[in-house]
Amino acid sequence: MTIEIKELHKQFGKNRVLKGIDLTIEQGRIYAILGPNGSGKTTLIKSILGMVIPDKGHISVLGRTIKKDWKYRKEIDYLPQIANFPPNIKVKELIYMIKDLRNYPSTEGELIDIFGLEPYLDKKLSALSGGTKQKVNIVVAFMFDSPLIILDEPTTGLDPMALIRLKELIRKEKALGKTILITSHIMQFVEEMADDILYLLEGEIYFKGNIRELLEQTGQPDFEHAIAALTTTGNHA
Amino acid sequence: MIFHNLHIRCSLLLLIFLSAHSLWARTWTVCPSCENSSLKETIKSADAHDTLLILKGTYREFDILIDKPLLIKGVNYPIIDGEKKGEILRVQADNVTLDGLFIINVGVSYTKDNAAIRVVRSKHFLIQNMVLEQLFFGIYLEKSSLGKVYHNRIIGEAVDEYNSGNGIQLWYSTDIEVRKNHVQGTRDGIYLEFSDNINITENVSMDNLRYGLHFMFSNHDTYTHNIFENNGAGVAVMFSKFITMKNNTFHKNWGTAAYGMLLKEINDAEIIGNVFKENTIGINIEGSNRIHYIGNDFIGNGWAIRVIGACYTNRFKGNNFLYNSFDISYNSKLNDNVFEGNFWSSYTGYDLDKDGIGDVPYRPVKLFSYVVNRTPETIVLLRSLFMDIIDFSERVSPVFTPDNLMDAQPLMKIRS
Amino acid sequence: MLKILKYSFYDLIRSRWSYVYFLFYLVLGFVLLFLNNDVSKAVITLMNVIIVLVPLIGTIFGVMYYYNSREFTELLLAQPIDRNSIFMGQYFGVAGSLTLSLVLGLGTPFVLYGLFRSNAIFDFSLLLVTGAFLTFIFVGLSFVIAISNENKIKGFGYAVLIWLFLAVVYDGLFLMSLILFEEYPLDTFSLVATMLNPIDLSRILILLKLDISALLGYTGAIFKKFFGTDLGFFISIATLFMWTLLPILGLRYKAQKKDF
Repeated sequence: MTIEIKELHKQFGKNRVLKGIDLTIEQGRIYAILGPNGSGKTTLIKSILGMVIPDKGHISVLGRTIKKDWKYRKEIDYLPQIANFPPNIKVKELIYMIKDLRNYPSTEGELIDIFGLEPYLDKKLSALSGGTKQKVNIVVAFMFDSPLIILDEPTTGLDPMALIRLKELIRKEKALGKTILITSHIMQFVEEMADDILYLLEGEIYFKGNIRELLEQTGQPDFEHAIAALTTTGNHA
Repeated sequence: MIFHNLHIRCSLLLLIFLSAHSLWARTWTVCPSCENSSLKETIKSADAHDTLLILKGTYREFDILIDKPLLIKGVNYPIIDGEKKGEILRVQADNVTLDGLFIINVGVSYTKDNAAIRVVRSKHFLIQNMVLEQLFFGIYLEKSSLGKVYHNRIIGEAVDEYNSGNGIQLWYSTDIEVRKNHVQGTRDGIYLEFSDNINITENVSMDNLRYGLHFMFSNHDTYTHNIFENNGAGVAVMFSKFITMKNNTFHKNWGTAAYGMLLKEINDAEIIGNVFKENTIGINIEGSNRIHYIGNDFIGNGWAIRVIGACYTNRFKGNNFLYNSFDISYNSKLNDNVFEGNFWSSYTGYDLDKDGIGDVPYRPVKLFSYVVNRTPETIVLLRSLFMDIIDFSERVSPVFTPDNLMDAQPLMKIRS
Repeated sequence: MLKILKYSFYDLIRSRWSYVYFLFYLVLGFVLLFLNNDVSKAVITLMNVIIVLVPLIGTIFGVMYYYNSREFTELLLAQPIDRNSIFMGQYFGVAGSLTLSLVLGLGTPFVLYGLFRSNAIFDFSLLLVTGAFLTFIFVGLSFVIAISNENKIKGFGYAVLIWLFLAVVYDGLFLMSLILFEEYPLDTFSLVATMLNPIDLSRILILLKLDISALLGYTGAIFKKFFGTDLGFFISIATLFMWTLLPILGLRYKAQKKDF
């Protein structure tokens, strides 16, 4: 059991974002966390990362309670949404800095090759296009060998080639027995990659299961329609 | 008839004899190992108009009375040591000259103003090249006139006002010149009381406890080219009329209640071409009227000019006000004084017609100085941004400070 | 923490604004010395600048840096680093680089002019020390405000308001209460009121050292008696430390509670 969440509540002002989430994440699988805008996906991820402090509930990662702890994050690689790095730092320096901060072995050389970032290493981050920035983001997220990987919208701005590379990368990591959480709006990508779907709606887990189960439950012919159906039925429910 | 003739003859003879005697005035040499080893004795023996040459040595004498016209001259600064027993030299005759003596240890008394040299009811005296140390009072002129105090050095070690005396004091004396003296470490450097037509020039008065120069009830006096530095207060002029003050320097009279010059109940004076530099208050004016302040430099003072109480028809013209914390401080809303053609370093106006005179009037009174006059504690806000803003707004549209108190013709360039 | 500090510091040192700040002080120093030709006078003029400008620049810089590096902060938060280390590192990075700009910018012209041969060196060091304190205090305050306000405009507004209050409004209230209660003995009140505002405290500390204290008259004498003693000096430095510590503690508290 990689992650265990019990009765997780979080409220921002009057807005109750998470209303008692219970969840277990098993090792070695790829989970897609889906849901309409504002359903609490990012809040859930950030709670796992310790960036959002829950009002109530319990989270443990790899058997350790995360409350008031930060060392467990050594076991997590995180790819944040739309990376906006300090503008004055060069790509090379950013990579070096993150390595320096985490201080364990990394494989950035390989990743730089894969995404063809060599020519950009000496450029400042502010000079990069959105897609290139996202590639840098991916390199920074994947260069460590951690058992849990969390990817928030990893496909943003990527060209087809890079997308293929990313998928290969994810598969490779999975083959190594790692647990991977992904949020994405690209249903095709989710369908292709995910073993399990977690569908969040209004702060609760509305659906949890694999794609086959999802299709059965909704009675839809394909994944995209199934998700859409979840959304509409959820709204009417 | 015959008798009468005889009398005239005798008188004539006597006259001739006397004048012959003065023509062949004798010179007495005094030294510790000489036949004449005592000043007192020698003065007694000497006749009028004789000369006493005092050779180098130490003479332990006090209460030395000079009651006839004599020239007493020290050679290589002989020391006259009063051993703190009382007054040392007392002149009580006209035409006495004292020259080149080193007088020390005047007796301090709480009942008598003992002086190193006291001149009483005498005329045509000359006191020069004297060095006075460890004194109570230095040179004390009492009801004397037509004399000269020239090039003396008076060094006191005054600590408290109550047991120290003044360097040079003039009391009911007239027509005297005080020139090129150096006075330091006394209570008042130079003090005048009821003394008129005194001319004080080129003296240095410094490190005195109270005032460098102090006038009380003295009229028609002049002081020029003097330097007053680091005194309790530079110069105090009180209850006097027609005083002329020119080209003096008032420097570093710095302390909680210190000022370069204090004017109190002074009328018809002229203050011209003086330099007031780094004094807590440049000139403190109380109840003084018809005074001309022309061509003075006020540099780096706390207050350049502080006006307390009613002062009328004073005129400030062609002065330089440079980097003072406050240029003018007033405690009333009334103004009957004229400011024109001065240079103000904090003036920010412009001169479009290029005639060297700013087109916008300058208002030298800050609101802050007005507030401080009212509530002294507010001075803790000195140099705070808030006060600067308030001062600026008051300067733009005066509400609290006298409306007509301004220099309508401020100079654009410093008057040289 | 030291690593974060190092990176924030490098980041700022290479940013345009640090140079602007540095150059501003450099030019100011040269101009003052060139116009006045007198170290002591320049120190006095400089005091006005330090007391007004240093807090303002600290405030604006702090808020700006916090908001600009928000995404970067989020990146760091996902890394195995203690939250406190991140914010303390950034705080000391900003305050440190601003202080460095101040010290080098002002120090260079004065050293070139011959400060070491002038007896104003102590006044000048005091000026820089208070400047450093004010930088740390106001960067801290602005960080606390920024971390408490998601909305940039609001955060910016509040930060400038805090500066405005301490630099101007406070003295206005101070003045009014002095005038209002002028019949009462006000020395203790003035002393306490001065101590409670770091800008006023710095101003008085510098004024007393600059020999302008004679201007302050009787009240000044009381101040001098208090601040002139070792105890008074110790208390004022301790107060400045308190003022530095307070926002830091607030920042740590807020950082522990904050969601990103």
